[in-house]
Amino acid sequence: MADGLAITLRQDGPITLDVDIVVAPGQTLALVGASGAGKTTVLRSIAGLYRPRHGRIVCDGQAWLDTGDDIDLRARARRAGFVFQSYALFPHLSALANVMEAMLDRPRIEREGRAAELLARVHLDGLGAHLPASLSGGQQQRVALARALARDPQVLLLDEPFSAVDHPTRRALHALLAEIRASTPMPIVFVSHDVEDAARAADQVCFLQSGKSVEAGATRAILDDAGSHLARWLAL
Amino acid sequence: MDSRGPARRADSHMDWEALKLSLLLGALTVAILLPLALVAGRWLATTRMRGRAFIAAALTLPLVLPPTVIGFYLLVGMGPDSPIGQIWTTLFGGALVFSFKGVLIASVLVNLPFAIQPAQRAFEAVGQELRDAAATCGHSSWRSFWRIELPLAWPGVVTGAVLAFAHTLGEFGVVLMVGGSIPGETRTLALSIYDRVQAFDNAGAGRMAAVLMVISLVAVTVSFLLGGRSRHHG
Repeated sequence: MADGLAITLRQDGPITLDVDIVVAPGQTLALVGASGAGKTTVLRSIAGLYRPRHGRIVCDGQAWLDTGDDIDLRARARRAGFVFQSYALFPHLSALANVMEAMLDRPRIEREGRAAELLARVHLDGLGAHLPASLSGGQQQRVALARALARDPQVLLLDEPFSAVDHPTRRALHALLAEIRASTPMPIVFVSHDVEDAARAADQVCFLQSGKSVEAGATRAILDDAGSHLARWLAL
Repeated sequence: MDSRGPARRADSHMDWEALKLSLLLGALTVAILLPLALVAGRWLATTRMRGRAFIAAALTLPLVLPPTVIGFYLLVGMGPDSPIGQIWTTLFGGALVFSFKGVLIASVLVNLPFAIQPAQRAFEAVGQELRDAAATCGHSSWRSFWRIELPLAWPGVVTGAVLAFAHTLGEFGVVLMVGGSIPGETRTLALSIYDRVQAFDNAGAGRMAAVLMVISLVAVTVSFLLGGRSRHHG
């Protein structure tokens, strides 16, 4: 497909991968499954932080990985916004500087303005001068989200964004993701071990078991199908 | 070696020449070790190469070997009959052993673990996730080093440099083996103290020992303060 994201990953070990995923433009995909199912490895493979033995990843018509043709763009060359589970903010830089760090190819004055805009977009106006350590977990996650958006990414990747946050923060994050989804056709892929979050935030769900994508499709349809792998896994 | 020469006249006084030599040796050792510690410390912290453990162990050897053993190998390895000694003589003239340059090379080698290990620990503490975050921000490895890793790791790097400096001031066995104790050339403060004691000049030895202790105490305090700042920051 020309636009969107297409992922094929294969390897026998050390982490087994047998994954086929397609995310159309404007779609949000949730990768769900038990701990150790390979969800984060798939996300890291898309970003170029993990190299599977065999695979092909195409984003908006550009091959980021094609082991058959010896194509493997480095992480820095893939325009993928990545929100890490523990946020991975640079602790010596302010919130504003963290966001600016993702657009060093632009002039400084432009970076400052754009970073301030992005912080406002994630509802952190006025907190740009704060160091990450002085922000709450939810605020840090928003800075990480603003930083991920700063590269004008072709795909947004979030690793367990809803875990380890309290209920109000989780609700606010759902609202924020909905705003982002409404404003851009960029595909979004997030990892979750909680199917409720997947049902609420994703159009598509991919269920992973032992590194294999055993089921993929519209979230609601799969959850409503009592015979689906995901529904049976939930019933365990 | 020569405790009856100029130093004899300075009995019970400070051997300023030896102090100057020690400080110069310490400063040059640190100047050479600092870039080495940055490169090797970061490499050891990030590489997954096989043989990493062996290289790390080899770099740690100076910590566990007796100084006389290291000094012996360096004396033989840099001596006039050795390939290194002969190349040195051909290129620069003069001998490497019993010279300040020879002592400097020995000092750098002996202090490798003091400089590299704290730097390695500091780069390890930065963590792979921040390096990954820098990569997803579009940073090359070089840019990640300068903008993210070094600003976070520098207290550890400076701690290593300070420790190497303090250790150089106190180094005795290796300097004696490789450099002898030639006034103005290889007789450092630690060797001068030994010479004074041999000459029953305990007052002079005590004065110089106190100076060495104060300098070392200040240096180690600075490194502890930096370590504290680093923990507070992280």
